[in-house]
Amino acid sequence: MDIKVLGPGCRNCRRLADHVDQALASAGIDATVEKVEDIERLVSYGVTSTPALMVDGELVMAGRVPAPSQIVELLRGRA
Amino acid sequence: VHVLTVPRPVVRAWAPVLAAAAIWVVLYRGILPFWDWVVYDALGLEAGTRLGGAVHFFFYDVSKLLLLLGAAVFVVSVLRSFLSVERTRALLGGRRTALGTVLAALLGASTPFCSCSAVPVFIGFVSAGVPLGTTFTFLVASPMVGPVAVAMLYGLFGLPIAALYVATGLVLAVVAGTLIGRMRLERFVEPFVYETTLRQGIDPSRGLTWADRFTIGRDEVVDIVQRIWPYLLVGIGLGAAIHGWVPEDFFARAAGPDNPFAVPLAVLLGIPLYTNAVGVVPLIGALHAKGLALGTLLAFMLSVVALSLPELILLRRVLRLRLIVTFVVVLAVAIVATGLLFNALFGAATLTP
Repeated sequence: MDIKVLGPGCRNCRRLADHVDQALASAGIDATVEKVEDIERLVSYGVTSTPALMVDGELVMAGRVPAPSQIVELLRGRA
Repeated sequence: VHVLTVPRPVVRAWAPVLAAAAIWVVLYRGILPFWDWVVYDALGLEAGTRLGGAVHFFFYDVSKLLLLLGAAVFVVSVLRSFLSVERTRALLGGRRTALGTVLAALLGASTPFCSCSAVPVFIGFVSAGVPLGTTFTFLVASPMVGPVAVAMLYGLFGLPIAALYVATGLVLAVVAGTLIGRMRLERFVEPFVYETTLRQGIDPSRGLTWADRFTIGRDEVVDIVQRIWPYLLVGIGLGAAIHGWVPEDFFARAAGPDNPFAVPLAVLLGIPLYTNAVGVVPLIGALHAKGLALGTLLAFMLSVVALSLPELILLRRVLRLRLIVTFVVVLAVAIVATGLLFNALFGAATLTP
């Protein structure tokens, strides 16, 4: 699974990245996590509400920081 | 008989919120007698003295403002979860009218986005065909008229001042955006912004349950309180110290309503000062009591909240320096004019809650 955490590097983006790490650890999901901070790339993915989450090339969440348990559900739904 | 049935998940989501609201009311009514008792009875400080007054002011105001901030941030975050940058953009796209700019100010005050996403929001708006001036109106209104600023003003100065501030902020945002729109500065936007084609994104306001929205509200309250409590303590602490120990009319001669240079100076001071309304509002009350004019203080607060150096540096990625400078000058001049107007109108007025 390929996960991208999208956001310009602000506080909420770091929180989202933390929550993703916690979610992966607690659910035992194997994934590569990449942080994308470059604005032009963000916009090219269709993101204007940050932070956002992309899984296997598809945008799944934007504009908030879900709890780790909600991220697990999100990822399980796609596995 | 028709019986109104509410779905179970809705009940389960609302029950803790209503319980919390009830506890909130009890606390809000209880803090004044509580701190009266602690400071004057348990600690035995005299009510009329400097120390007694300052200690009471500090504890009572900190707890009152924390309660007000918590409630304001929660309510606004839950309401905001129904709006999104995507929805707002769709509402504003292609509106080249004054109405579009007014709408942008109102939406800017209510659409959720953190200042660090100013740049993606800017690109999203401009590439979706929202006029440049309207986009600036949105970006100005958003930090200036937030729940934190309004809750602080309400808590310390009461409803009329808070309402006056909101109206002033919205008008300023509309005026600054309209002026920038008239100047035809589109060529100073980095070209890649116009070359961006927007892919369909995700609208964060859709597909949320009440429980999700309340969780967003709760998380936001926790996050904001964690972030601002040092500012609150320092702001109220300094305010209490100024109240107690700076002589009356200390500023009246140097920076009273008659000194025209006080306002521009306050605005200049406010640009590099990057704090939020939480740190500034308590100081405003204290400084006003010592003779600083209302308009000067309003200009200072607007400048601190609306013109922030870090955000300007971020905007450099999409705007040429000339446009950034124009934006700062237009907004600063508008704020100075507002300050001077308020000094002329309410020069002798006093702020009392």
